[in-house]
Amino acid sequence: MDVVRGQEWKRPKPAPDALERPFFEAAARGELLYQRCPKCGHVQFYPRAVCTACGTDPEWATAAGRGSVHTYTVVRQNGMPPFKDELPYVVAMVELPEGVRMMGNVTGCSPDEVSVGTALEAYAVEFEPGLALPFWRPAR
Amino acid sequence: MAARDPVIVGIGLSDYPVAPHLSTAQHHAQAMQRALADCGLPKRAVDGFCCAGMGAGAAEAMLMAEYLGIDHRFVDGTMTGGSSFEFYVQHAAAALRQGLCETVLVTYGSNFLSARGRTLGTGGFGGRGAHVTGADMFQAPYGLSLVGAYAMVARRHMHQYGTKPEHLAEIAAGVREFAGLNPLAMYRDPITVQDVLASRMIADPLHKLDCCVVSDGGGAFVMTTAERARDLRQPAVRVLGAAGGQTHWNISQMPDFTRSAAAKNAPETFAQAGLGPADVDVIQFYDSFTITVLTLLEDCGFCAKGEGGPFVAEGHLRRGGRLPLNTDGGGLSSCHSGMRGIFLIIEAVRQLRGQAGAAQVPGAEVALCAGSGGFLSGIGTVLLGRG
Repeated sequence: MDVVRGQEWKRPKPAPDALERPFFEAAARGELLYQRCPKCGHVQFYPRAVCTACGTDPEWATAAGRGSVHTYTVVRQNGMPPFKDELPYVVAMVELPEGVRMMGNVTGCSPDEVSVGTALEAYAVEFEPGLALPFWRPAR
Repeated sequence: MAARDPVIVGIGLSDYPVAPHLSTAQHHAQAMQRALADCGLPKRAVDGFCCAGMGAGAAEAMLMAEYLGIDHRFVDGTMTGGSSFEFYVQHAAAALRQGLCETVLVTYGSNFLSARGRTLGTGGFGGRGAHVTGADMFQAPYGLSLVGAYAMVARRHMHQYGTKPEHLAEIAAGVREFAGLNPLAMYRDPITVQDVLASRMIADPLHKLDCCVVSDGGGAFVMTTAERARDLRQPAVRVLGAAGGQTHWNISQMPDFTRSAAAKNAPETFAQAGLGPADVDVIQFYDSFTITVLTLLEDCGFCAKGEGGPFVAEGHLRRGGRLPLNTDGGGLSSCHSGMRGIFLIIEAVRQLRGQAGAAQVPGAEVALCAGSGGFLSGIGTVLLGRG
């Protein structure tokens, strides 16, 4: 996925621990990670220290960076900065073909152009050098 | 009734919906005083205590036991969000049956509106610090509001089952009709489905009038055994069944956006009583948002999954309908001070005692309460019956 660097970050900033950090480091390299259990094959997101199905240590896996809107909302009222200056904006649950869902903003289009099923591609935005968070836009 | 069957004997509400003269602790205290006066038990009779709130967080029960002066043998501060009080009924019923205690006081209080203003659903609610950790890292940077979380549930239901905004609006209009009968309700003027649809969009597809109010308020109820209840002031209301569970905590982790944990635990609650949805006369459901009610209705078995919209449109939830909803005016129109679950129990007791005044459902024998905490996350169902 594309990586946007050098943008001022005004949003709540992730403060990952050692276990979570590889996700954000990978995003800064353009890779979208999720977790897969080496024992039972269960896939999950957000990253955890255990497989929620069988309790084993999960491993990282790389997603293709594509997905579709499972459900979404257009936020039209939010009193908190920086979001109040960005209204209206789309927050969606993105279904990945790999079997996990991720929350994210859908940008690069009018909110009216988003519906359940809209095909998306991920891109990453660096929030500090070497660490990035994924966002989504309509697939090209 | 067997001697140690659990019953509810006292109820009390603190001043609401706007009570700037009360702190959170004072809401707890006033509600306790009124619930004890209602049943006639002295405070020293209380040897079990359940309490949750948004003040001290995880230690709310400890802090309030100290403040109120409760010498407990059984204590429960389980925090499942607004449904905590439905879980307390389950836990306290088991404790009373086991003989762990004789009289359980449950309290809640919050000065949410006076302390923080009307920001519950659209800002200032969780995970919004400069730095976020854990699951919040994958949610908070995207600016989802509390209303927006429920809006995603509504959107999925609409997509999957053809549910219409009009269906959700009918829920708000029906609850407002009951609010008109409650002199204390925050909003009492009648509203129509069209009024709801014409109100400002907060997070598509939820309008302002699809959302609960933000208020001050507290409540308390007293549980004891059927044997102890015999010589008390009020008729006892029986706990016929109670069960709870969760499917997720964070909204991003909801496995099926159209289905809550009630789909699993409401059948358990009914089974404990040997009753089914057809036996229920009145329902008190957590109406944080109209979609919360629709989801719980389906999950509790009053209609099939996906048929909640047409079911609601038939008017069953209205005054005079076969399943009146939130006869006190609900969170949608009367009182929502952050964690509404206690008010569901209190209003159900009022109905089953026949003390609900103009909002009384004639001959109400069985009431179902369904509490929702978090983001349709922790769901507790409680079936209550006339003593």
